[in-house]
Parts: sequence; structure tokens; C-alpha cells
Amino acid sequence: MKSHYLNEDYSVRSWLLTTDHKRIGILFLLSITLFFILGGAAAVAVRLELLTPEGDLVSAEAYNRLFTAHGVIMVFFFLIPSIPSVLGNFFIPMMIGARDLAFPRLNLLSWYLYMAGGLLGLSAIVGGGIDTGWTFYTPYSSVFANGQVILAATGVFIAGFSSILTGLNFIVTIHTMRAPGLTWFRLPLFVWAHYATSFIQVLGTPVVASVIALVGIERLFGVGLFDPALGGDPLLFQHLFWFYSHPAVYIMILPAMGVISELVTCFSRKRIFGYEFVAYSSIAIAAVGFLVWGHHMFVSGQSMYAGMVFSFLSFLVAIPSAVKTFNWTATLHKGSISFATPMIYTLGFLGLFAIGGLTGLFLACLGVDVHVHDTYFVVAHFHYIMVGGTVMAYLGGIHFWWPKMTGRLYPEFWGRLSAMVIFIGFNLTFFPQFLLGYMGMPRRYYAYPGEFQVLNVMSTAGASILGFGYLMPLCYLLWSLKYGAEAGPNPWKSVGLEWQTESPPVVQNFETTPEVTQEAYAYDAQEAEADAS
Amino acid sequence: MPQGLQLFPQQASTIAKHVDWLYFFLIAVTIFFATLVCVLVTFFMIRYRRGAKVDRSNPVNHSTTLELLWTGIPLVLAMVIFAWGAVLFYAIQTPGQGAMEIYVVGKQWMWKLQHPAGKKEINELHVPLGKRVRLTMTSEDVIHSFYVPAFRIKKDVLPGRYTTLWFEATKLGTFHLFCAEYCGLGHSRMIGRVVVMTPGDYEKWLSGGGNEEPLEVSGERLFQRLACATCHREDSKGRGPSLAGVFGTSVRLKSGASVVADESYIRESILEPQAKLTAGFDPVMPTFTGQLGEEGIIQLIAYIKSLARKPDSSAPPTPPTSH
Repeated sequence: MKSHYLNEDYSVRSWLLTTDHKRIGILFLLSITLFFILGGAAAVAVRLELLTPEGDLVSAEAYNRLFTAHGVIMVFFFLIPSIPSVLGNFFIPMMIGARDLAFPRLNLLSWYLYMAGGLLGLSAIVGGGIDTGWTFYTPYSSVFANGQVILAATGVFIAGFSSILTGLNFIVTIHTMRAPGLTWFRLPLFVWAHYATSFIQVLGTPVVASVIALVGIERLFGVGLFDPALGGDPLLFQHLFWFYSHPAVYIMILPAMGVISELVTCFSRKRIFGYEFVAYSSIAIAAVGFLVWGHHMFVSGQSMYAGMVFSFLSFLVAIPSAVKTFNWTATLHKGSISFATPMIYTLGFLGLFAIGGLTGLFLACLGVDVHVHDTYFVVAHFHYIMVGGTVMAYLGGIHFWWPKMTGRLYPEFWGRLSAMVIFIGFNLTFFPQFLLGYMGMPRRYYAYPGEFQVLNVMSTAGASILGFGYLMPLCYLLWSLKYGAEAGPNPWKSVGLEWQTESPPVVQNFETTPEVTQEAYAYDAQEAEADAS
Repeated sequence: MPQGLQLFPQQASTIAKHVDWLYFFLIAVTIFFATLVCVLVTFFMIRYRRGAKVDRSNPVNHSTTLELLWTGIPLVLAMVIFAWGAVLFYAIQTPGQGAMEIYVVGKQWMWKLQHPAGKKEINELHVPLGKRVRLTMTSEDVIHSFYVPAFRIKKDVLPGRYTTLWFEATKLGTFHLFCAEYCGLGHSRMIGRVVVMTPGDYEKWLSGGGNEEPLEVSGERLFQRLACATCHREDSKGRGPSLAGVFGTSVRLKSGASVVADESYIRESILEPQAKLTAGFDPVMPTFTGQLGEEGIIQLIAYIKSLARKPDSSAPPTPPTSH
């Protein structure tokens, strides 16, 4: 049996002290899957409570703790680390022909910090819970809320450093460790997307860490920062919080866009349409994304003219996303399209991301946002982006790279079925929420007026399908570890560097450092070669 | 109780139909682009599926013309939506002159509403049809948000400051009032209703039941009780500036700047007198933080406002100068 990164040492110690980016990627994969299951369970409880207008299944107190747990876990402990820490960690070095990330030990520290933060967050949830919402708005969180706010905030604070270190590692790696011949404009767009994301992680995360620390200081020591009764300013919190938390949405979606660029090219055997535009649009999104936080505050009491500036900038940031979508669509033209599971997820992403992006225009638009702000319209919109976009791309990426990571193929039939079940369940869950929002149902309501019930029942029904859809990959991917067919080095006939080595890869990734002589996605050359032979 | 499937909120304010028109336009844009992407993707999927015998020669990998086109068209459209939304937002934010004043105090978990004539309500707001109503709102604890979906208006209600909101009801009936900013355990119980009545019925309702005194009368009593009048004398010879005719005018500050004496300024000057000191006066006024609740402050403001309306006051109100 060939030696590779998985079988070179089976000891627990070899995993917990590994500095191999591939193993750290797997550690992240296991941990974020655990958090996804926990966050998903909280969502199930929330949706079940909302089946009826009356609060009856759980208490109001429990409900508030459940939606907070769902938000905190999904945002900070699943979505933000998801694609960068699992797929980015595993594949950025391989895509650029490197042995590892620039700072392997820092990479391991990143996982430990994530776990420390995650376990603190979890202990807060188990040990009494928090009911502030994932947004921790002051002065509610800093003065009025009961529960384990300090513990949860510390967890988020620590996990933030994991994110910063991962970003730092990626930036340095991409700058310094590219294989000979791999110029910037030959990089896979997955790498470009992570490069842009890393800057947000490095520049934005310290701000949210600071503001969370300030909430702790006000809560513990009564220093007046946000509570007007103590001389503070409640809006200051919102400015600082969204300065990070809006760009954080791009931490979630940019890597997803990177995945889609890899998948759409491989399964249509085409170069990406408009490589430079797709690459630069990632940078544009990351840059302009830092200037739009005030669109979360149109009705907060922020000045009207500030609202207008933030609205204008928010419309600008929508454009690069539209450009990417058109480029992916144009990539399909004259392709040779096959429909393996990753491609089904990609097509699902395109549809859901289009809806998510377009409904973002409603929220950037001042006159309409006044009505739909803090309603289910917002809930639906960001789930279309974060779940319809990021999670679809994440699952597409997991299926695509599964053979490389494990050496095994997943069962294709079940894979396609899961992608379709998730797509249908997702739409049934979240589309009715757009209607609920425009009708005026506020978010975070434990009980609601009767006229909202029919749409809520539809949403809960959809959520049960969606939940089932998510359980499917969990089962068949585990099954494939033992029973899946041998994948071979390159089952998709991809031109990416990560496929030019064994599956699973050897510890040092490549037997010899690859040399790059062509642009990314040179599928046309590969096809011509295949035709000639 | 389940009430069947409803998909659209009632339109019950002057603003509502404008918001809805913009909403429909956005839906049209969404449908157009979503359909465009879906149709193209589906068409390519079928036509260029692997194994299909079609012409795949000369694939295009980039086209600056196309890129500029699909950057430019969305950009222009986005700017149109931005401008339309901003104009509407300006209208939503600007109540104009002559609106009826109502004070709103939010607290965990109820709405307290105060009509100038003295009528107080909890979780229920009666307003006349076809009259502009301006809400001056504050919170006693955390952030709340005053939301009436049928009017398409919403504004956060903050502790420690005033925010304002206006509407003009166009339909008789009862409409939901929601708290839209998560405020803790009873957030979803912090709901009420807005009852829109004919002006005649509203007058009847105002005068009916209880003999509440007007806000300004309560405010005047408070003004005397707190001995404000010792310094704020009407003859401008006190240690503090005379308050007659001050409301709504521009006040010159010691710092050289000037500020319009609106509700927020009066509130600040009661709680933090030294923050924006009137030019020509010493910082001798003590703070009233802790001695006055939000409702007391509102009464004082109503009284000071009433001083500006009295024709016989020593300094007649002047329009605010530019600031």
C-alpha cells in the first residue's frame, strides 16, 4: 500500500500535533461538521416552535436562546471557517504546487484557537445559554441580558484569532510559495478568492474582537461605553460590529465563489470566461465591502445622509457579484457539460445566489429597507446568500475534492439526489420567508399573529426536507470511506495542480515540485490532446 | 388562529403605495435577471451537454465588450434604484410642517404613548385619518423599534436620545404595531395596534373618559416643582436663559456654534446642562439625570414648546437661522 498523508501515522498524537495542512484541514472538517450539526439542531427547534402562532413548544426564554445559539454557532463556528479552513487549508498549497502553508505551526495554532473558542461558546450555550442574538446589540447584551454573555463573547473573541492567523498564513503563502511558472494570472480563481478573503480576515476581525471586548468591559465593570445610562452610545456598538460583520459576509461568500469557478470550468471543460474580471471582482468586493456597514443601520437613528452614502456604496458592491454570475454563465457556452454531483451543486448555487444577490438590492434600497428591515425578508435574504450560496458551494467543493482528500469516490446517484433534495428543501424553507417579511413579520418573534401561520408552516415543512438533505451526504460520505470505489489521482480529469498527484496525496504533496507552463483552466488544450490521441 | 393564506400587507398610509411601487419595480428587476440567468444556464446545459453533437469551435474566453456591457447595465440600473430609494427615504424621514405630535416611550416590553392633550395609552395608538402624525420616541432601557407594517414605516427607539417618525393614515381600521428590534424575553409580546379613526371620532375619543390634563400643564407643574423658574425667568434676568420663545429657534452656544432648540437639545440640556451651554451664561445648572423619568422630560419639553407658542411671550419665536 502506498504511503500517503492519512496512513503514514495513525496515532492520536500524530493528528493532534500535526503541522500538515492536509491533516489540519481534516481536523477543521470534523470540527465544523460537529458545529454544523449542533447549529442545525437549534434551527430545527426554532422552526418547530414557529409551526404555530402561539408560543407552545418551548418557553420564550428557551426560544431566544435557541435562535442565538443557531446564529452564533453557524456564523462564527461554521460559516466563517468553513471553506477557508477546510478546503482552503487543504488545497491552496496543492493548487500552487507548495509543500505546505508558509507557517505550518501557526496553522495548527489556528485550529487550537478555533477549538478553544468553539468549546467556550458551546459551554456558554450548555451552561445556561445566551439570548442576545448573534449580533450582541447593546445595551441589551452589555447591561440587560441574563445568561452567559461573557463566556460566549470570549469564545467568539478567541475564534477570531484563528481566523486572523488563517488569513495571514494564506496571504504569505500565496505571495511566496507559488511553484515556478505560476504567475498571479495563472492562479486558480479559488486562490484569488481566498487571497481577497484573507485581507478581510486580517483587517476586519480585530475590530469585532475589540468591540466584543468592549461589551465585556461594560458588562463586567460598568464602564459606560454603549449604555446611555452610563454615558455610552448604543449606536457606536453597531458601527463597530457591522464594520466587521458585514465584510464577514464576504468572508463567507468569496471563497464560495472561488469554489464555483473551479467547478464550473471542470465540468464544462472550458476556460473561465473573463478570468481577469472574475479575479479582480473578488478584490473589488473585498475592498468596497469594508465601506457598506451602515446599510444595517438605515432605521437605527443614523443620520439620513449617512444612510444615503451607505446605500450608494452598497449598490456599488452588488456589481462585481453580478459580473461574476454572468461570467460563470458565459463559461458554460460551448462547453462540454457533464452533471456529476459537484456540478449539480454549482447549478443550485447559481440559482440561489442570483436570488440572494438580487434581494440584496431591496435591502440596499433605502425606501424599501425601512419596511423590510428586521423582518423575515432579511432572514430569507441572508440565508439565500449564506446557505444557498456558501453551503451549496461548500458541499459542491466537498464532493469535488472528496476523492482527492480520501482516495475514494462517493456514490454518484446519492450525491445528485442530495443536491436536488437540498435545493428543493432550501427554497421551500426560505422563499416563503420573503413573503412573510414583506407582510411585516419581524424576525426573532417567538409568537406571531395568526395570519402569518400558513407561510410559517410551509417554511417548517421545507426545513424538514432540507435537514434530511443535509443528513444524506453525512451518511454516504462516511460510507464511501470504506466502500467507495478507488478514485485514482484525477477522476474528474481536472487540470488543477492538486490533481497531478496521488489521491490521497503523499505527505509532501508532490514527489517533485511541479512547473507551471500554462494558464489556469486550460481544458481546451487538454481536450485537444485527448482528441489527438 | 390560522387565518388562511395572505401574501400582501394592507396599504394604509400615504407612504405605503410609494414603497410598494418601488418594491414591484425591484421584483420586476429580480424576475428579469433571475430568469435571464436561469434560461441561459438551462439552454447551455442542454445544448452543450457532454456527448451532444454541436459546434464547439472557437469558444470565447473573454470579451471586453460583453464585460463592459454586463457591468454597465446593472450599474445604471443600480443607480436608478438607489436614487429612487433615496428620494423616497427623504420623504419618509421628513415630516414637514404642521404635524400632530405624539410622544412614544418604549420599555421592556410595552409601548407607552402620550397625546399632547394628555391622553395616555399603552400598546395602542389612536390617530385621526388623513392627518400627519409625528412621533417623538425614546426608550427607557434597551433599543426597540417602532414598526407599523401597514404604514411601511419603522424607526429604532433608542435609550438616551430621541428619534422621530411620521405617517399619515389613509385607511380606517386597526393595524399591527410591532417592536422590530430584538429586546429580550418579551420581544414578541411588545406588540400593539394602531387604531385609525375619523377626525370626529378621534376628537370624541380624546375627550372621552378620565380627565387627564394636557402635557404642557403637567410640564408647567413640574417646572415649578423642580424650581426651574428661579433661574429660567421669563424676564431674561435670571441666571439661566429665558425659555420663552426658545423652542424651534437657533441658539448661540458658548463654544461659538449654534444649535436648533429641538426636543433632543432640550432633553440634553436638562440631563447634561453643560454639554451645549448657551452663550452668555455660566455653567451653574445642575444635572437632572436620575430625578426625571423619560415621561417627566417629555412633559417639560411640552411645556417649553408651549412657551414658544404664546403670543405674549417676551421674545416672539423667530424661524431658525441656517446652521
